[in-house]
Order: sequence, then C-alpha cells, then structure tokens
Amino acid sequence: MSKLNALAISDNGFIFKPSTGESFITNEIGLFIIQLLKSGKKADEIIQEIIQDFEVDNLTAGKDLYEFLDFLKKENMTD
Amino acid sequence: MSKKIYERPILRKVVEGIPNKFGSLKRLRPISEIDGVEIDSIIDTYGSPVFIISENTIRDTYRSAYRAFATRYPKVQFAWSYKTNYLDAVCRVFHQEGAWAEVVSGFEYEKAIDNNIPGNKIIFNGPDKSKEDLKLAINNNSLIHIDHFDELNTILELRKELDKQPQVAIRVNMDTGIIPQWDRFGFNYENGEAWNAINRILSSGLIDLIGLHVHVGTYISTSKAYTIAIQKLADLANKTYDRFETTISYIDVGGGFASQNTLQGAYMPATDTCPSFDDYAHAITSAMNEASFPNNEFPTLILETGRAMIDEAGWLAGTVLANKRLADGRRAMVIDAGINLMFTAFWYDYEIYPLHETSFQSELTTIYGPLCMNIDVIRKNINFPLLNKDDRFVIKRVGAYTMTQWMQFITYRPNIVMIDANKEVHVIRKKEDKEVFRQQEEIPKHLQ
Repeated sequence: MSKLNALAISDNGFIFKPSTGESFITNEIGLFIIQLLKSGKKADEIIQEIIQDFEVDNLTAGKDLYEFLDFLKKENMTD
Repeated sequence: MSKKIYERPILRKVVEGIPNKFGSLKRLRPISEIDGVEIDSIIDTYGSPVFIISENTIRDTYRSAYRAFATRYPKVQFAWSYKTNYLDAVCRVFHQEGAWAEVVSGFEYEKAIDNNIPGNKIIFNGPDKSKEDLKLAINNNSLIHIDHFDELNTILELRKELDKQPQVAIRVNMDTGIIPQWDRFGFNYENGEAWNAINRILSSGLIDLIGLHVHVGTYISTSKAYTIAIQKLADLANKTYDRFETTISYIDVGGGFASQNTLQGAYMPATDTCPSFDDYAHAITSAMNEASFPNNEFPTLILETGRAMIDEAGWLAGTVLANKRLADGRRAMVIDAGINLMFTAFWYDYEIYPLHETSFQSELTTIYGPLCMNIDVIRKNINFPLLNKDDRFVIKRVGAYTMTQWMQFITYRPNIVMIDANKEVHVIRKKEDKEVFRQQEEIPKHLQ
C-alpha cells in the first residue's frame, strides 16, 4: 500500500498518520491535491485540474503545488 | 460555472501541548476601512506603503484623556510632545484641542512657533539647548525646563545681556520604584542635587522658578510611580516656599503613559494590562490632592503625554511582496514596510491585519520588511492568514515615534495622509523622491 493510502483523511482536511501517530491539518486545495495524488495523477495533470476548478493561473498553481509536494515528502507521506 | 476561490495548499502538523487558558486563537478579522474610508482606495491613490492618520481618533483620545484629569483636578494643562509625532498637521490638531507644545530641540521649538503657539505656551525640555535656543526661549517667555548645571550657568550668563527674566522649571529625577531609574535627565532628588539647583536659581534673584518637572520613564504600566513622584515634588515645593517664599505654580509630571501596543515578551496583551487614562488620572490627581502644597494652593498640573495620545490614531497600510519558506520549513512573508518606517518594531509586537476576508487557515509566520538586512523583522512569529503576493495588510497603532524615528535607508519614505472628520483624505507629508536627496548633496568639482 502506498504511503498516501495509509493515511486516514477526513472530508474536512484532518489527516491522521497511523505509522507515527501524528496528525495534520490541510485546507481545501491541499485535500484536492492529495485526492488526485491518490488516484495516481502526475504533477502536470494536477496543475491542469487545479486551474480548471480554481481561480488561479498556471504559474502560481505550479509553484504552490511543488512546494506542497515537498512538504508531503518531508513528512514522509509520499513515496 | 464560476471557479472556486484559490488559496495556497497548506499542511500543518497538529502539535499537542498544554492547553492555553485563553482558549484557541481567534481568527484575525480583516480591517478594510479606517473612519469609513476604504484602505484599498487610499493605497490606490497614494501608493504603498502609506501611513494613515485618523484625525477623529486624535481628537477622541485627547478629549478622553483631558476629561479623565479635568474631572478630578481643578487646573490641568496638556502639552503635546513634539518628538512623538511632529507632523505639523498632527500638532495643529492637538493645539486646536487646547494642548500647549512640549519641545526638546531648537528644531522642534521652531516648529512650535510656526504652528502659531505663543512663546509662553511652549515648554522647552531636553539636555540639548544651544545658547541661541535659550536666548529665543527667554525672549519669548517660554517655560525652560533646566536639565543640568551647565545649562543653568548659561541662562545666568545670558540673563546679563537680556532684559527678560527667564521663566524656568527644573527637571527632577528620583527613585519611584521604576527600573531603570531615568537619572540621566535633570537633577537628582535623593542626593540633594535638585535642592541645590533650586537654591542656585533663587539665590541669584535673576531667574523665576515657576515649576517642577519629573518624567519617571517611558511606557510606565504602573500608575503608582506617579504617586511617589508627586509626593517628592510636593516636598521640594514646600521647602522652596519655606526658604524663599516662592510659590511653585505648576507641577509637570511628564509623559510615559503606556499605549495599547504589546511589548515583546509580555505575557498578556497590552489591551488587557495597560492602565487607562482614568487609572493614571486617579493616581496622579489623588496624589496632587493629598499632597499639601504651600498655602493650600493647587499648582497647575501639566501632562506631556505623547505615545498614549497618538499611537491609536496611526496606521500603516502596505502590500505583500513575497512568500517564502525558511530553512526550517517556517513560513516567511516579505512586506513593503520595514524597520526603516517602524523602528518601533524592535520592541513592539504590532497587530497586523489583512484588508480582506481570507481563508480560515493560518500559519506561524515571520514577517520581514523589504530591506536588505537580516534584522528587518516586523513580527518574529505570528499566526497569520495565508496572504498572497500583492495582497494588502494594515498595521495598527503606529502613530507614536514611527514618523519621527523613521530612516531614509535604502528607499524613500512614503506619503502620510490624514482622514478628516468629513472622511476626506489629505496628504500631510509628501513621499520623498530623488530630488529631495539631490538637493542636500553636493559634488566636489573634481568629481563632476
């Protein structure tokens, strides 16, 4: 099972990581990204989904996405 | 279908800890207007950053301070402390309300005269008064508060060439329980220096001693210190009357009242701990009423409150330049107003608000100014909403000492505007440009 699938994630952005007992909070867009990652989408595809659903330009969405992916990696939530 | 509002994705670890007895942090409510004027429209017209002064707030604050004292003591006079904010427009609002001028340099003295204040309503304080300054002050019958014996000797010397009898007070420093004791100004009470100065002045017969002045310190959050100070000044007034039959006509208790800005490291916010004007008024006027002055006469009570009068009326609005992550993962935000404009950020935890509704999410953030200096920090650690580049913010309570202690460093100083009672916005100090500095500089011929 991938690391992301091992997380318990509530609909309002509360994340529980059973392997360490840590909890996290994310926002609507964070949740949106995690769901897309779980469904196997790549970064470029996620950016397209974001700009389709949210009021944001390509550049900003990309910049923020890669920063968020770094966070997930740092917290050992992604492979 | 309209798209959803975007905000940056965040991931915040929930840290367990001791529950805070004050409950969870309240969400920062945006502040989008001052006195009914949209801050956005001020920035659009006058640029970013921009200082905004509320005339209404100055008048309201002055009136509530005056009411607190005048309802408790028969003779009260406020003097506006120029060094706290000497913009002419600000000074004139205070003067219209009835405040005299309290100045500490020749430059401030000139400003007070230009603001049409009669000489006998200017209190001249401070350790730096040149011979020329003193001559002018004596000729104008201004109230000269003597700081040291060298100044007293200069006045005695000048007296020989001038027809006017100088009107003076002495500044007295003393132990009032406040640490650090401000003993660099004036003459000490406990070691007898103040009494010596009074003797020198009155034995000369050349100078009128009409007042006694004390200033216990700055940001005084305990009103008790003023009670002790007044008791000691009353003692000096009585000794003066017994020996020279001279009545002291005013007691000046200086300023130093705290504003509602929270000092860094304070456990509780200043809005909860800082004494009100009524608290100060109660302590000071009770001491004045209880102290027995010669012939049971009440001397006029002069107050030079600066910070507590103007801090609340000043705002600084600006724009977010960038967001970034620090090495340890903390969020950092760079804004276009730094310590060049707010020197006071070194000791205050300023309240900063977004102009518009943001998400419910906030993150611990360090807010940096725009300068190329590591120490340019406006807030070290503040739970702040996720603003994006070009979003706007406003900083509260920046009326005191910012616009006098600011630096022309790296960049120009911005516009200062005042909102009047009719919601009209006036520029009261124009932003600087290169011509301002070019005028002051000269290039030697061989470098032209």
